[in-house]
Amino acid sequence: MIKSKAAASPYLVWMVIFIVAPLLIVAYYAFTDASGNFTLENIMAIGRYSSVFARSLLLAAEATVICLVLAFPVGYFLSRLRASKQHIMLMLVMLPMWMNFLLRTYAWMSLLENNGIINTVLGFFGLGPFRMINTAGAVVLGMVYNYLPYMILPLYTAMTKIDNSIIEAAQDLGASTLGTFTKVLLPLSGPGIATGITMVFVPSVSTFIISRMLGGGSNLLIGDLIELQFLGNSYNFNMGSAMSLVLMVIVLLCMSFTSSFDEQEMEGVM
Amino acid sequence: MKSRHLRLLQRTYVVLIFCFMYLPILVLAVFSFNESKSRTVFTGFTLDWYKSLFTNRMILSALALSLAVALVSAVVATVVGTMATVGISAMGRKSQLFINNISYMPVVNPEIITGVSLMLLFVFLQNWASKFDVLPDAFFGLPTLLIAHITFNLPYVIFNVSPKLRQMDSRIYEAALDLGCTPRQAFFKAVLPELTPAILSAFLICLTYSIDDFIISYFNCGTLQTLPIAIYSMTRKKVSPEINALSTIMFLVILSIILISNALDSRRYKREQGLGKAGEGR
Repeated sequence: MIKSKAAASPYLVWMVIFIVAPLLIVAYYAFTDASGNFTLENIMAIGRYSSVFARSLLLAAEATVICLVLAFPVGYFLSRLRASKQHIMLMLVMLPMWMNFLLRTYAWMSLLENNGIINTVLGFFGLGPFRMINTAGAVVLGMVYNYLPYMILPLYTAMTKIDNSIIEAAQDLGASTLGTFTKVLLPLSGPGIATGITMVFVPSVSTFIISRMLGGGSNLLIGDLIELQFLGNSYNFNMGSAMSLVLMVIVLLCMSFTSSFDEQEMEGVM
Repeated sequence: MKSRHLRLLQRTYVVLIFCFMYLPILVLAVFSFNESKSRTVFTGFTLDWYKSLFTNRMILSALALSLAVALVSAVVATVVGTMATVGISAMGRKSQLFINNISYMPVVNPEIITGVSLMLLFVFLQNWASKFDVLPDAFFGLPTLLIAHITFNLPYVIFNVSPKLRQMDSRIYEAALDLGCTPRQAFFKAVLPELTPAILSAFLICLTYSIDDFIISYFNCGTLQTLPIAIYSMTRKKVSPEINALSTIMFLVILSIILISNALDSRRYKREQGLGKAGEGR
């Protein structure tokens, strides 16, 4: 339409300097040592941290599955409501997302503490105290709490496209509740599930705040390791870059896995 | 009968999920009025934490910095991003796809990677520039913070505005040219007004992302403190009910913005409906 490619030039320059170049520098640092010589040692050394990587993947996967299970019915119920009600309910789902996630996580700190609110309430009934903060479970809880809306919203979007008559047709044709669920509802919400998984898994696997605030010092994740290399005590840019590179590969693998379900849905959520 | 039980079950479930989502925020708010510093026992009502919050220099200057960075980065990102959208739309399919894929990177990459990679670039630039003394001494701080925020805001502008530009009827632009506009006039008088809603919403998205961002700022702010970074340093200090007061205020501000925009929306909707009916009556 408008023939003015030149208008894009400021952005293209910006893109090359501040998107492409930084990633190339990460790759450069990952494959060099402190004096700038080529080495594979940083990548090899990651093996020493394999337990941290395994923990990150495991906790993020747990959080993703829990989010999916919790969010699926919510997405379904919301998509069946009258349009005016849907609007209000969506607002309610999104409202906590607008609170800064540090404050949301801080709220859980005061709930889960050893002499925190949950333990105090349980104490009235003669239960506990339970050790909840600084456990892996608390980290998973923090991830679920922070990222649950990211699962509900794409599921809801996918399910609004499912016509009620399709579900009724399945039931009329003799499908059981389970059959309707596995053969109709689940496949039709596939794109939403795929998007939701990415949107929960990626921030969960790379977080360093949730693990630090709710996991104490004993539940380090990949994000914590990277942060320590750049701003913390370890202070080793080469090692940190190698870890970042591996994290990027993990994320790319996860995304290529989920995007095989549906290509266009990412755009729909944007 | 069965369906009524089912509906009750559904309602209970949704209510429980909303309790899970809102209970922590409610607890924060309740304890912002607590007289003692205890986070578990409510000893009495006070507004002291709100008073001390508003005399807290650290918080106030952090808030000012956050607003300034958000405003500047959103303006720059919106202008550069809108220009980019127009320019990219004039390109061939392959270049479009290539540029879009690169633009997606800050969106799909974990934030920590974007933050760390920019930090490495800035360190690299600083080391390089120190030989020639071309960069200001305070390079790590406001300049890096602004660059980082503009960088993560730009893709959101492009992905918000470009669908609108694609949907737009290209004949509007051509008609403007036929009626004697120069290409520049045609753009500013015919195309830009069509894009304005998309550009505005992109601008608002940039503002909120920028005010809310912690991770990318954390790696690129030097010694400066934006509001999220100030909040982070407060959470490290364990007991500080000021943070509860701050959360409550932020929640109320967000809630009122949403309620107001909702009310405006529904009023406009009703007015349009009303106009439609009046039109029918005639």
